Amino acid sequence: MTPSDPLLEIVGLTKKFGPARAVDDVSFSLSRGSIVGLLGGNGAGKTTTLSMLLGLLEPTSGSIRMFGHDFVKNRHAVLHRMNFCSPYVDLPQRLTVRENLRVFARLYGVENAAQKISQLADDFRLLELMEQPIRRLSSGQKTRVSLAKALINTPEFLLLDEPTASLSPDVSEWIRHRLAEYRDQTGATILFASHDMREVELLCDHIIMMSHGRVMEEGSPDELKARHERESLEEVFLVMNRKGGGA
Amino acid sequence: MNSSTTGRISALLLRYFFLLRSSWPRLLEIAYWPTVQMIIWGFTSIHFSNSSPELTAGGILISAVLIWDSLFRSHISYTLSFLEEMWSRNLANLFVSPLRPWELILSLATVSMIRTLIGMVPAALLAIPFFGVSVFELGLPLLGFFLNLVFTGWAISQAVTGILLRYGLGAESLTWMLPFLLAPFSCIYYPLETLPGWMQIIAQYLSTTYVFEGMRALILHDQWMPELLVKAFLLNAIYFILGLVIFCLSLRSARRRGLLLQSGE
Repeated sequence: MTPSDPLLEIVGLTKKFGPARAVDDVSFSLSRGSIVGLLGGNGAGKTTTLSMLLGLLEPTSGSIRMFGHDFVKNRHAVLHRMNFCSPYVDLPQRLTVRENLRVFARLYGVENAAQKISQLADDFRLLELMEQPIRRLSSGQKTRVSLAKALINTPEFLLLDEPTASLSPDVSEWIRHRLAEYRDQTGATILFASHDMREVELLCDHIIMMSHGRVMEEGSPDELKARHERESLEEVFLVMNRKGGGA
Repeated sequence: MNSSTTGRISALLLRYFFLLRSSWPRLLEIAYWPTVQMIIWGFTSIHFSNSSPELTAGGILISAVLIWDSLFRSHISYTLSFLEEMWSRNLANLFVSPLRPWELILSLATVSMIRTLIGMVPAALLAIPFFGVSVFELGLPLLGFFLNLVFTGWAISQAVTGILLRYGLGAESLTWMLPFLLAPFSCIYYPLETLPGWMQIIAQYLSTTYVFEGMRALILHDQWMPELLVKAFLLNAIYFILGLVIFCLSLRSARRRGLLLQSGE
C-alpha cells in the first residue's frame, strides 16, 4: 500500500435488517489526512455505516478495504491502528479517569503509556479529574475522557459518532479545535458523523451526505454550497433531503 | 502466547482489579457467600450427626457444599465480570479494540479462577476450626474435583454470555438459574441411585455427577476412583466446546444484528 492509496475504500456497502435497508449500496473512499463529515438526519444510516467500519456490525454485502486489508475478513489486522468515540458507548463508570486510560493503553499495547496518559490529560484538560471515577463527571467531561481514550493509541484512523452531541457550544468548539490539531500533528484521517451542519462545515474538508441509507452527495463544503447555489450546508441538506423524500 | 496477547489479557485483569478495588461490596461478596453457606451447612451437619450419622460421616455434607460451590463461584465470577461490561456499556469499546474473542474468554476465565480461589479458600480454611472438617485432607483428588467443577462452571458461563450477547440484559436471570438447573441431577448430597430412573439417565451425562460420586467414594469408603474423574473431564471437554460454539455463534449473530453497540435490555 502506497501513501497515495486511500486509507479506506468501501464499495457497494449494504446492510439490511429484514426487508429494511439501513445502508444501501454505499461507496466512498477516504484519503489520508482528511477530516470527512458523514452528514445526515436521524435514520440516515450514519451510525450503521460507522458500526460496519468498526467491525461491530457485519455488512450484508459490499466490501471494506482499510489500510489495504479486507476489513470484513481480517479486521484484527487493522484494529490497533484505529479508535472511536460514540455517545452510545460509555467507559467503566466506577474506574477513575486514570485507571480507564491505563486499561485502554494496555489494551492497545501503547508504549510509554504513563507519558502518553499525562500528555492526553494535559491536552484534554483532565489533570484535575484524573482520580475521579467516570460516574462523577459531567457529560462534557465524560466526552473529553472518551476522546482521550480514542486517541490513546494515536490512531491513524479515528471514527467519531456525534462526539459533541449534548455539549455546550464552547466545549464543542474546543473539541473541534483539538481534533483539527490532532489531524495536523499526526496526519490522521478522521471520519466524523454528525447531524450538526454547522459543526461539520467548520471542521471537515470533505462531506458525504447520507439520506435513507444512501449517499446523496459528496464534496467539500464550498463545492456543495456552490453546486446547489445555497448559502449554508443546512440549506443544501434540506434540499437534498427533500429530493430524497425525507421528512 | 505473544506479548501483545498477554498485554491485552493483563489489561482486562487490571480493569477487574480496579473495579474490585473501587467497590468494597463486590470484594466482600467474593468470600461472603461461600463462608455463609459453609456455616449454615456446618450447623445442619452437626444437627444431623446425632440422628443420622451416615449422612454426615467424614464431613461429607460440608465437603459437598464447598466443592459444589466451586462450580457456582467459577460460573458467577466469569459471568458477572462479563455483565460488568454490559452494565457499564463498555462492550463496544472492547470489541473495536485489538482484543480477540478468545483473549476475552481467557481473561474472564483467569478472573473467575482468581475470584473463586479468593472465595473458596477462606471458607474451606474456616471449616477446619469451626467444624473440624478439612477438604484439604482429600489430597490430590480434591484438585481434580475442583478443576472439573470450575471447567463445568466456565462451560455454562460461555453459553450464558453468548445468550446475553444475543438477547441482552433481559436474559440476565439465566446467570443465576442455569447452575441450579444442574444441581438436582448432579447428586451433590445423595448417591445416583436415589434419583428416579429418568433422572439417572440425565445425571449420567453430567460431569458433576461423576465428581460427587468420586468424592463420596473417597470420603465414605476411602476408595479413590480415577475413572470417574476421567469421565468427568471428558464430558467437560464436550461441554466446554459446546459452550464455546454457543458463544461464537451468538457473537456472530450479535454482529449481524447490530447488538454490540447497544447491548442493553
